[in-house]
Amino acid sequence: MKIPYYPGCTLNTVAKHFDASARDAAVSMGFEMEELAQWNCCGATFPLTPDNLIGLTAPAKVLSNARKAGDTLTTLCSVCYNVLKRTNKVMKDSKEKRAVVNGFIEEEYDGSLNIIHYLEVLRDRVGFVKVKEAVKRPLKGVKAGCYYGCMLLRPFEDIGIDNAERPTVFEDLLRALGAEVVDFPNKIECCGAHLAMNNEDVVVRLSGNVMTSAVGMGAELIVTSCPLCQYNLEKSQPKVSERTAGYAGVPIAYFTQILGLALGQPVEGLGFEKNATDIMPLLQKKGIV
Amino acid sequence: MKMKLSNEDISSVRVRQIERISGEDVRKCYQCGNCSGGCPVSFEMEIPPSQVVRFLQLGRVDEVMAANSMWVCVGCLQCYSRCPKGVSVAAMLEALRQTVLRKGEDFEKIKDLPYPFLKKAPQQALVCGFRKFVS
Amino acid sequence: MPRIGVFVCQCGNNIASTVDTKKVAGEMSKLPGVVFTCDYKFMCSSPGQEMLKQAIKENKLDGVIVSACSPHMHEKTFRKASEAAGLNPYQCEITNIREQCSWVHHDKTRATGTVKSIDLTRMTIERLKRNKPLKKIKIPVRKKALVIGGGIAGIQAALDIAEGGRDVILVEKEPSIGGNMARLSETFPTMDCSQCILTPKMVEAELNERITLYTYSEVEKVDGYIGNFTVQIRRKSKYVDEDRCTGCGECIEKCPFKVESQFELNLTKRKVIYTPFPQSVPNVPVIDAPNCPKIQKDKCGACAIACGPKCIDFKMQDKIVTEEVGAIVVATGYQLMPNERFGEYGYGRIKDVISGMQFERLASSSGPTGGEIRRPSDGKVPQSVVFIQCVGSRDEKKGVSYCSKVCCMYTAKHTMLYSHKVHGGQAYVFYMDIRSGGKRYEEFVRKAIEHDNAMYLRGRVSRVYEKDGRVVVQGADTLSGSQVEIEADMVVLATAIVSREGADTLAQRLGIGYDKDKFYNEYHPKLRPVETVTAGIFLAGTCMGPMDIPESVAQGSAAASKVLALFSADEMAREPITSVVNRATCNACWDCLTACPYSAIERESVKDRQGNIVRWLAKVNEGVCQGCGVCVAACRSKSIDLRGYTDEQVYAAINAF
Repeated sequence: MKIPYYPGCTLNTVAKHFDASARDAAVSMGFEMEELAQWNCCGATFPLTPDNLIGLTAPAKVLSNARKAGDTLTTLCSVCYNVLKRTNKVMKDSKEKRAVVNGFIEEEYDGSLNIIHYLEVLRDRVGFVKVKEAVKRPLKGVKAGCYYGCMLLRPFEDIGIDNAERPTVFEDLLRALGAEVVDFPNKIECCGAHLAMNNEDVVVRLSGNVMTSAVGMGAELIVTSCPLCQYNLEKSQPKVSERTAGYAGVPIAYFTQILGLALGQPVEGLGFEKNATDIMPLLQKKGIV
Repeated sequence: MKMKLSNEDISSVRVRQIERISGEDVRKCYQCGNCSGGCPVSFEMEIPPSQVVRFLQLGRVDEVMAANSMWVCVGCLQCYSRCPKGVSVAAMLEALRQTVLRKGEDFEKIKDLPYPFLKKAPQQALVCGFRKFVS
Repeated sequence: MPRIGVFVCQCGNNIASTVDTKKVAGEMSKLPGVVFTCDYKFMCSSPGQEMLKQAIKENKLDGVIVSACSPHMHEKTFRKASEAAGLNPYQCEITNIREQCSWVHHDKTRATGTVKSIDLTRMTIERLKRNKPLKKIKIPVRKKALVIGGGIAGIQAALDIAEGGRDVILVEKEPSIGGNMARLSETFPTMDCSQCILTPKMVEAELNERITLYTYSEVEKVDGYIGNFTVQIRRKSKYVDEDRCTGCGECIEKCPFKVESQFELNLTKRKVIYTPFPQSVPNVPVIDAPNCPKIQKDKCGACAIACGPKCIDFKMQDKIVTEEVGAIVVATGYQLMPNERFGEYGYGRIKDVISGMQFERLASSSGPTGGEIRRPSDGKVPQSVVFIQCVGSRDEKKGVSYCSKVCCMYTAKHTMLYSHKVHGGQAYVFYMDIRSGGKRYEEFVRKAIEHDNAMYLRGRVSRVYEKDGRVVVQGADTLSGSQVEIEADMVVLATAIVSREGADTLAQRLGIGYDKDKFYNEYHPKLRPVETVTAGIFLAGTCMGPMDIPESVAQGSAAASKVLALFSADEMAREPITSVVNRATCNACWDCLTACPYSAIERESVKDRQGNIVRWLAKVNEGVCQGCGVCVAACRSKSIDLRGYTDEQVYAAINAF
């Protein structure tokens, strides 16, 4: 099974290990992530105001190209997923906006693509039962906190991957991989996102809340699905440790790295060394490696 | 604080413009405060989200423009997600930002950003940040 | 040649400001058959009516037209006046020149309105010329009532009807009557104990000889019409012989199995053979069949061994009973919206987040904690409790658009009960607006704040989460403009009141209307608040929308008085505007039967002398027919006509336009 895949800018640069681990895991699960022959940046923000059609042109171009490759498009980065899925909905539902945007990009795209996240591929196409069967290195005893962030869940009526207040898709995957799942209150709260650019204090505070709330509930590992969440959590870690008594940091990894690990792929190929936090002591402690 | 209200305030053209850009109707908000309660960056805002809408209802755009609220909003959509009236404060704040940026006024200068950040940050942070802060 | 009189009303300025009534009257006088016309300021006033009567007598009129407001308003008035003057009342017709003309026209020159009024009146004249005198339909009334729902509204209705000397059947779905009120601890604003004021009424209903109680029963089918309903009631098997059971409770004692108690809202467990609560009426236990090992797997049977009078029968089946009644009171009550819908509040996941109704049980002396406020997770007495109002109410996105009306008051009551029971405990209330309209209600809320120290915060709560064994509430206080975080021991959600599950099915069974929220529609929200569009079916209590106990009781009594008024005569008269089938042309295609929204069409067989059926015909049941005319439109062979609005009359009116 080959599935057309849109990596997006970040996964082609600073989050290459997110991309690579996902592709490798796919192969072990019996499908192939086939990168689009031609793609561009999705714009990294779905325009919050409905009058901003120019913001839809970049993602619409991606969609239009993808449609030529098939009827489905997979993404991995939460932001790309959010932007593409919402743009697709506009292109499908609004005749007027579709006409304007198509006019700009000189295409005839009609919104007929099915945009799915990698997690949905695992859940709906492969099935978590099969994932569980394929596990070769179960994450026994690892207490993982699944951090959803914002873009994977909101707004529910456009995204709808899972219940916006009580999502379980991430947890279900981690359970299939043999991990123990820790529910924590801030798993659907913001990490600070693009404020990384000009307001580090806020980012440290928000990311700190995410990490301390997860660790407070017993998490030994935080799993993410967004390069910006990953970056903000990693980057804030030292300052949060400094500011929070009794907090000694927590390893943070992309869910695909953890997936690859459980599927028995060579540890050195998973790109853990590119993460700012070291997961190895935890894995050694649990006897996984 | 004393506010002198007039018909001109209530029917402010500038508020209508914010409504047009954001696609939101300020009258729909009944000021329950859920957005201010749930906003992850409310603590940093000079005017919390629900009060931003209140000022817009009163036609007081200047008060809102002078506050940092619109630049602090991360667009996480928690306000919209939990709003019992289906109002998006995030969209209104974006509209307020747009009224500045569309005039060509930048909130951040790209050349002032630290080099290590530009080098290490995920591309999405840069693209997204530029769209929010740069005209 | 007919002798018609036309009376044009000015309705003060309501009509006269856009219609030249004098001109309308003048134009009408030129038409053939019209022998008298006039216009007058208020035709509905007594001089106006006198004028009508006098004109009928003096001019020997055989038909009158009043061009005035909607026939809904004064058709009855003028028909009565005409009848008093010796005219068949159905020879009086109304032209609506107010709602459908003067009110919708703004032309101050009065040109448009006048022309339209002339047209409309002329059309009515042509219709009137083809009227046939009609007689009111008389139908017999069976003087026995059915009350559906044994909550406080239904109990009150049943008691009042019985008090009025008529027999009543009170049907209740649950094993005991009492409804939601039986769950409440104290009641606002007087703080009298709910059980103490309710149970005497429940017992009264049980002992009253005119009231037949059918508990654990549901209405399955309703046929017939006002005065003559046939109702089928399913009496679910209790597995206990009601007549012989003494209510000793030995069986409950001996039953070894426990399941969650629905009455206690899962705060505690009950036996599999049970009465919902100690004061249940009737005091007869029922076996919860799906959970009973004896019934499911033929294992156990301890209750039957313990039962002295041997009244337990594991083979008992449901019974269908048929009852003939003349009137029905629907009092099916409400339920609460499932709190799980609001994931951000953690209900169902965080043990110490409970519903307001669960708090009632905690505060009730007959509840699972004996009236002590103890939180579900560890049984500790909470030192701080956050009450969240409007959970699901006034929330058009995830809940309902309306206000549930009673939550402000019961939350204030909760804070009082809490502060009385837990000294030094602090109550916090998140509210949007305090709606305390009602006798002594506002004073009650102020007392909660000023005397019992409840901290009221104006704002909604965004989320609730657990932290170190406490429940953290994150919301806003919009009055100070701050985000608020409270670490509490327990959270109580004031959940929205919604219509009962299946309310729509029952409404369809009864032929009554309901709104978008599946609350039942009253005939007129102000002037006929306990009647429905279906004659003989009345409403009481929260099946119509959120209301408190005093209102529900008042409605129960109001519905009862309507029933008693109906039962006061042996026969009742109905408007004769009904459909009639042309027996010569009807070909029994039954399109009318499927089209009729009131099930007023019946199949009639025509037999030969030997008694063989030779033909079928549609027949209109005049007791049920509401004269809506749907069958007329549906009939392909043009075999149905509506009295007073026959095809001939309608065509004549159109031709006159």
